[in-house]
Formats: sequence, structure tokens, C-alpha cells
Amino acid sequence: MALLSINGLTQKFGGLLAVSDFNIELGGGELVGLIGPNGAGKTTVFNVVSGFYQPSDGEIVLNGVKTRGLRPHQVTALGVARTFQNIRLWHDMTVLDNIRVSQHYRMGYNLLDAFRRSKRYVENERKIETIAYELLEAMDLKQYASEYPKNLPYGLQRRVEIARAMSVKPQLLLLDEPAAGLNSSDVDGLIKLVRWIHKEFPITIWMIEHQMKVVMSLCSWIKVIDFGATIAEGTPEQIQSNPTVIKAYLGDDTL
Amino acid sequence: MQRYALNILLPAAAAFIVVLSQMGALDLYVQSVIMFMAINVIMSASLNLVNGNMGEFSCGHGGFMCVGAYVGSLLSMLLFTNSKLFGAALLPGYSALVLFPLVLLGAGAAAALVGVIVAVPSFKTRGDYLAIITLAVNYMVISAIQNLDVIGGPRGLTGMRPTMSAMEDVVNLPWMMIWVLIGAFGSVALIRRYISSTYGKGVNAVCQDEIAAEIMSVDTNRIKLVTFMVSSGLAGVAGALYAHVVGYVNPGSFDILKSTEAMVMVYLGGMGSLSGSVLSAVLFTLLLEALRPLQIYKWVLVPLILILLMQFRPEGIMGNKELPDMFPRLRKYFTFK
Repeated sequence: MALLSINGLTQKFGGLLAVSDFNIELGGGELVGLIGPNGAGKTTVFNVVSGFYQPSDGEIVLNGVKTRGLRPHQVTALGVARTFQNIRLWHDMTVLDNIRVSQHYRMGYNLLDAFRRSKRYVENERKIETIAYELLEAMDLKQYASEYPKNLPYGLQRRVEIARAMSVKPQLLLLDEPAAGLNSSDVDGLIKLVRWIHKEFPITIWMIEHQMKVVMSLCSWIKVIDFGATIAEGTPEQIQSNPTVIKAYLGDDTL
Repeated sequence: MQRYALNILLPAAAAFIVVLSQMGALDLYVQSVIMFMAINVIMSASLNLVNGNMGEFSCGHGGFMCVGAYVGSLLSMLLFTNSKLFGAALLPGYSALVLFPLVLLGAGAAAALVGVIVAVPSFKTRGDYLAIITLAVNYMVISAIQNLDVIGGPRGLTGMRPTMSAMEDVVNLPWMMIWVLIGAFGSVALIRRYISSTYGKGVNAVCQDEIAAEIMSVDTNRIKLVTFMVSSGLAGVAGALYAHVVGYVNPGSFDILKSTEAMVMVYLGGMGSLSGSVLSAVLFTLLLEALRPLQIYKWVLVPLILILLMQFRPEGIMGNKELPDMFPRLRKYFTFK
């Protein structure tokens, strides 16, 4: 059974057709790319998958559950995590707290436990903290645990955001332009990080990216969309030589 | 051992105040100032939860206090005193010694329920628009009570004092002072436990980036509902205590001026700083008392102080820091983590 299958997804905003008849099936631990020119509808696809928008038409099935009508935090609990194009960490909370808050879906205690500091509260908080520290250790971020993200360099913020997404133990990780705003050495670090995550965890990664260097070196399968419609898909080599893709990016050279 | 220092020190300080009041070392005026201080601590700490930690702008906190004051008074009269309104007391007066917390709980629960009126629109509404809703709720509460003639309407309600006297008849202690101090310390402890848990850190996450919070598995609607209910519930407890301290409530004393007072304390203390809002409640009460000789001109001077504060230290006394952040040496005694 596929982890994520999208059938005939269509998203309209008023008269604008942002995504039309989008199909994909993911689930074998692959690393897939989604590319396309600006305004092609890539982020819209991610927003629909993560539950921000209810699709105008079509169906999204995650782990056998139809996600229509679910709120984003419920979709996340089904095993999807994502990052954002512009980093959306909680900048006035420490890196550790950023990870801790992301454990809400498995908190395991209620408000009264928090007020009473009951045994269940203490056990669960200890578990959450252990998990958070283990993750920070694995992602090489432990020394920044008590720093505020706003004080970290941009490349590290990106790393923290990916760590925060990993902390919900996702089966599917959506990366929305992870290389945006990074300098070239940070980009190399990011490629290494994504490759390491993909090797270390049993996880499917789906990324939107503009920098071809990142997409071509990481993804095994790429889907290209333009004006909401899928115009090509294939391996990186096939995409690089596909005339429709070249036309969508560079325009037509006939005058 | 050092970790428990605060748990020993605070009750000791409270006990000291009670002993001093009992021995008559503090006259009644000083005692009442201390009690208003404690009530203001509850008001500012609970409003800080919404305005500071959650980043919403609630300017109707007085309305919740009003609900608590009336429900608390009515419960107290129903259970423990012979009143014209309810007839004979349901329970013997001495039982108030043990059952008075029920009155506070009832008042808190009623105010928390009214808090739902604000919480539900907050799922979709933010900022200025939600502020208008909180203001509307404040007026709804006051207008409703003004038009309920059974409980006195605009004239107000008296008759909860005998509950206190009933307690003092059994054991001769300054019971009002004891309950007010328990209420204040309890409320601050409750808020501290809430915001330092993973559950309550979701409140800060909602404040800083609601979309990110929702996507990282935080149920933002539940967080808003719970936070508004805790905040308004504690304001209700403050109201019930206030009613018993003063012995008289009328809807006019919980209007927008009361809400503004609570807001001034939050901004004076620093948004999102629990120790700041406690500190500013104490300072603000003292300031109001110090300016009492000015009589009505007090309300010219106090807003001026607010203008100066906004001009020269907009982040308030503490910014959004807690005491241990400012004085790292305190860290071994208590933390907010």
C-alpha cells in the first residue's frame, strides 16, 4: 500500500486554477523532487497535502486514511512533516523547546496532569525531553539546545527546522525549497544532511527545489509542473533533456 | 534542597503576613492594601497568559472578574449565610472553613464558561477584531447584571461578609487574608505549571507562528480554548475574592476601567513575563495607594505614567524575561523551564 497517493487533485482559488489533475504515488522510501517555474503551484500541492487547504477536487490518501476534512495537526499525526520556504521556527523559544512543542501529538497527558504535576506528566515530559535531546544529538545540534533560533546563522536555522520536522517521526518529509537563501557551502551541507537523513531513517522525502544542483544530485525521480499542470516526470537525466521542461523554464526560442 | 527554597520561602512569607495581621501589627488599612495587591496579582498574571504568552489582545478581563464576583457572592450567600435572597443557609456557617474553596471554584468555573464566548471566535479571529469581541463580552456581562433586578441590578449586591465572620467565629484568624493569599499563590503556581509544560509551551508557539504550530501537531484551537478558559477562570477567582474582601459588589466597578487596570499591569510588567506581572501588580497597587492624596487627579497622573512608560521603556519592567534570566544566580533556586 502506498504511503501517500494523490488522485486527480485540483485546487482552485476563485477563478484561478492553481493545481489541476495532479497525481502521485509515494511510499517506497524514495527521494522525489517537485520542480517548476515560479507560481507553478508547487507549494500549493504541499499546502493541500499538509491540510491547510481542502482540495477543490480529488482525493489524498495517507496511510490508508482520506485526509479530506482533517485539520493540519491531525494530518501531521498521520506521519507527515514539512518545512517552509521561509523558515518558520518559533524564534523566541529555545531550540530545545522548538523540538519539545512539536511533540504535542504524543504528549500523553492532559491539562490536569500538567497542573498537578502527576506521575504521568513527569514520565511523559521526561520521555519528550529524552527524545528531543537524542534528535538534537543525531542532527549535530546539541550545542545549540538552549540558543534562540533568531540568534543562529541562516544555515543552522534551516537545520533546526529540518530537525523540528524530523521530531514528529514522520514517514513522509516534505521539504519546501530547503536551499532557498543558503550560500553555496551551506547548500553542500544541506545536500549531505538530506542524504544522511534519507539513509539513516526509514522515510520518504519529497522536496520542492529551485537549485538544480540540489535536485539533480539528490532526487531519483522528478516531477515537473507548470501552471498547475504536470508537464513531465522522470529521472534527473530524462528531465534535463526534456524539451517541454526546457521550454517551461527558458521560454520558446522561436520569435 | 535549593530547588525547594521557593516552596518553603513563599508559604513562610505568607504565614508571616497572616501572623502579623493576627497580632495586630498590621492595621486594617495595610491589610486591605495587601489583599488588593494579591487580587491584582491574580488579575495581571492571568491576563498576561492571554495578552503576553498567547499574543492576543484581550481588553475585557474585568468582565470575567465580574462574573466571578457575582457567582462567588451568590454561592457564598446560598451556602453559608441567611439572606433575603435565598432564605436560610443550606449549610452551617462553620462548614465554610472547609468548603469556601468550593465558592472560589464555582466562581472560576462560571467565569471560564463565559471565557468560551471569547475563545470560540478566537479560532478564526485575531488581533484587533478579537479585541473588539473581548470588549463586547465585558459589556455584555455588565449590562446583563445591571438589568437583573433579582441580584440588585445597578445598585449592587451585599451580604457575603457573614461567611467570613462565620469562619472567624469558629477559629479566630484573619481568614480573608488567608484565602486571598492562598488564591494568589495558587493562581501563580498554576500558571507557572501551565506555561512551563510542553502542553503550555504550545501557547507561545501559537503566539509566535500559529501556522507552524498547527503544522507541528499542536491543536491550536484546543490551546486557545484552554488558555482563554484558564485565564478567565482565574479572573473569576480574583473576582470572588474581591467581592468577599469588599463585602459589596456592583457591576459598575468591573467596567472597562477595571480591564484597563489589568492591562496596564501586564504592560508595566512586561509581556509574557510571569514574574514581571506579579511584580508590576505589587508596584501598581502601591502606586495607586501612594497617589491617593491626589484624589481624582490620580487618574490624570496614572495615564501619564503609562505614556512615559511606553515612551521610554516599552518592553515593561522585565521585557519578556523571567527573574532567573535577569539574575542568573537565582537559577539554582527556581526556573521557569
